[in-house]
Amino acid sequence: MQTLVAYVENKPGVLNRVSSLARRLAINIDSLTVGPTENEEIARMTIVAHTDERGAHRLEASLEKLVDVLLAENISGRALLERDLALIKVAADQQNRPHLMELIKVFRARVVDVAPESLIIEVSGTVDKIDGLLEVLRPFGVLEMARTGRISMTRGNDLLRPPLLDIESSASEPEVSKVK
Amino acid sequence: MKLTGAEILCETLTRLGVRDIFGYPGGAILPVYDALGKSKLHHVLVRHEQGATHMADGYARASGDVGVAMATSGPGATNMVTGIATAMMDSSPVVCITGQVSSKVIGSDAFQEIDITGITMPITKHNVVVTQAGDIARTIREAFVIAKSGRPGPVLVDVTKDAQQATAEFDWDACTPKLPPKRIRNNHNQAEFDRAIELLNTAKRPVILAGRGIMLSNAMQAFEKFVRVGNYPVAMTLLGIGCFPAKDPLNLGMMGMHGEAWVNHAIQEADLLIAVGMRFDDRVTGDLRTYAKNARKIHIEIDRAEINKNVKVDAALVGDAREVLENLTPHIETRDHSAWIRHINELKGDSAVRDIQSLPDTGHLYAAHVINDLWKETRGDAIVVTDVGQHQMWEAQYYHHDRPRTLITSGGLGTMGFALPAGIGAKFAKPDSEVWVVVGDGGFQMTMSELATIVQEKISVKIAIINNGYLGMVRQWQEFFYDKRYVATPLVAPDFAALANAFGIRAERVTTRTESVSAIRTAREANETVLLDFRVEQEDSVYPMVPAGASLHDMIRRPHNPLVETASDA
Repeated sequence: MQTLVAYVENKPGVLNRVSSLARRLAINIDSLTVGPTENEEIARMTIVAHTDERGAHRLEASLEKLVDVLLAENISGRALLERDLALIKVAADQQNRPHLMELIKVFRARVVDVAPESLIIEVSGTVDKIDGLLEVLRPFGVLEMARTGRISMTRGNDLLRPPLLDIESSASEPEVSKVK
Repeated sequence: MKLTGAEILCETLTRLGVRDIFGYPGGAILPVYDALGKSKLHHVLVRHEQGATHMADGYARASGDVGVAMATSGPGATNMVTGIATAMMDSSPVVCITGQVSSKVIGSDAFQEIDITGITMPITKHNVVVTQAGDIARTIREAFVIAKSGRPGPVLVDVTKDAQQATAEFDWDACTPKLPPKRIRNNHNQAEFDRAIELLNTAKRPVILAGRGIMLSNAMQAFEKFVRVGNYPVAMTLLGIGCFPAKDPLNLGMMGMHGEAWVNHAIQEADLLIAVGMRFDDRVTGDLRTYAKNARKIHIEIDRAEINKNVKVDAALVGDAREVLENLTPHIETRDHSAWIRHINELKGDSAVRDIQSLPDTGHLYAAHVINDLWKETRGDAIVVTDVGQHQMWEAQYYHHDRPRTLITSGGLGTMGFALPAGIGAKFAKPDSEVWVVVGDGGFQMTMSELATIVQEKISVKIAIINNGYLGMVRQWQEFFYDKRYVATPLVAPDFAALANAFGIRAERVTTRTESVSAIRTAREANETVLLDFRVEQEDSVYPMVPAGASLHDMIRRPHNPLVETASDA
């Protein structure tokens, strides 16, 4: 599994170009998240792809060839912070509710909706953590689930900023990735 | 200055230096055609929009400039798809302009509405829909920049009819290209560069693999200097032919599936491959597991996505070929590779005795004879535009190109039907050059309607049909790999000479070797288009041949006496 970050023009059709490219390269996407950045003209994507390092290089370099992609970088193997958010609707009756609450506490999740027969639990964290919570919830009966897919950011001084913002601040040029 | 979108489009093309547009009108592009009529642009009316894209492509390949094709919405646009894909695979700078239904009805399945930007997304470098007259000038200018920059490629601009009809302020200085602010990569990697220098200065058996990138970057001079200083033998890809003179002793010839045997052996025996502007296509490597196993590899390539795609390399120098070569040359030592070059030359002996040119004239006309005669008669000075198949490979083997952009051929996509329209485009790019279209009887029948375009435009293009009554290359595969079961390859054709006459084109049929030279001479002397229908040996094959998936050194060689072995002799 390889993680890439891309800064793209925030306009219609760009997501299609990115996903169409992955399809054309026969690279299976595990998750793809898009959201705005502090600059409204630029969106940030985190792409998690089922491929090896060589495939990730090809995806990264091919992405950056797209006119609307400002920057693409394979950040796998770097010090990363990764987050996935899930809403999980789980069956809960009077008897098992206390037990359920205990588990939720252990996982530092939150109850965001309470109904007579069910709860909605909000949890964020690494994929492993959410998978772990899911596993313990499954015996109670998971009725519905929505997950955002992973967003990732490199830690500390390892900055990955869109080129536009760098021109404005000229604080630090994004690190030039070495051709492997 | 207030202009309509259509007028802005024509004015922008004119200011970008465009002279000729290859296109076909229709409802959704009519406002542009109306403006075209009032402009100084020359419009070439094609007979099928595929022809328009191939002409624009041929124009681009012959000139190095952007070629422009135009079509209406719906079927006009979809007919362009093959030509766009052809340009994409061979990195050819082409701008396609299509009409689109009015923005108000987009998405309603209106008459002749098609999502052409959706269709062409994977086969264009970039594409865009324009719905505002005020956006047309900038978008077209951006399209030219994108088509030409970096690794070139086709760009499609889809202009809605209402954008063509609306008026907008036209201010050339205010509509400069504004492309997204891309990350500027510092491609110079000192470690890779140093490793490349070390490999270059220690190699004992180097071979350069020269590709089309050398021509795309206009690196011919820098390349020649690099070759001379380093004393490196040069092998060429099909599309690299012309980047270095064929007559130069260091030029080995073409590599790959139908490359010369000595070239493929040299690659397999090399201890260093220096790939310049080429992409290790499967047609040049054969089986990757056994490809150049003894060789370290340096890859000079503008497109990062090509690095380590098919062949893992030891030093990757990402950048424009000319810049990289100019940086490298001062650091390389001149070394004596004469023993290595002598060894390669010795390998040629085996090929010479198999060469069809060495065979006595038995009255049989072979395609190789025709092409060799064409080369001799034109002294290698013509622009030759080929189609795809056996004749294409014979052209590459027997026509020796000394100058860049004189062989125009569809390599990556292998598009039959390319030659005639691309030849027309090449003639518009180089009106003073002699242009020969070399085409098989199969491919010619795919786009022969463009003969009418030739007549309407009153241009002079020489056409040599290599007519063997088969889809020859497919027949060859059936002969070698399907036990001679010739399914769907025998091909009925019209009398091409009579057909040409019906179009008002001079034509001659050639059936013997002795007639070949005089027919070529007559055609060359004529100040008009001439079609020659060469009836060649029906079941000749292209040798050598590396079967698909086999190792590069495992070649099927021409039998020593092919005349005895062909069916028509039996």
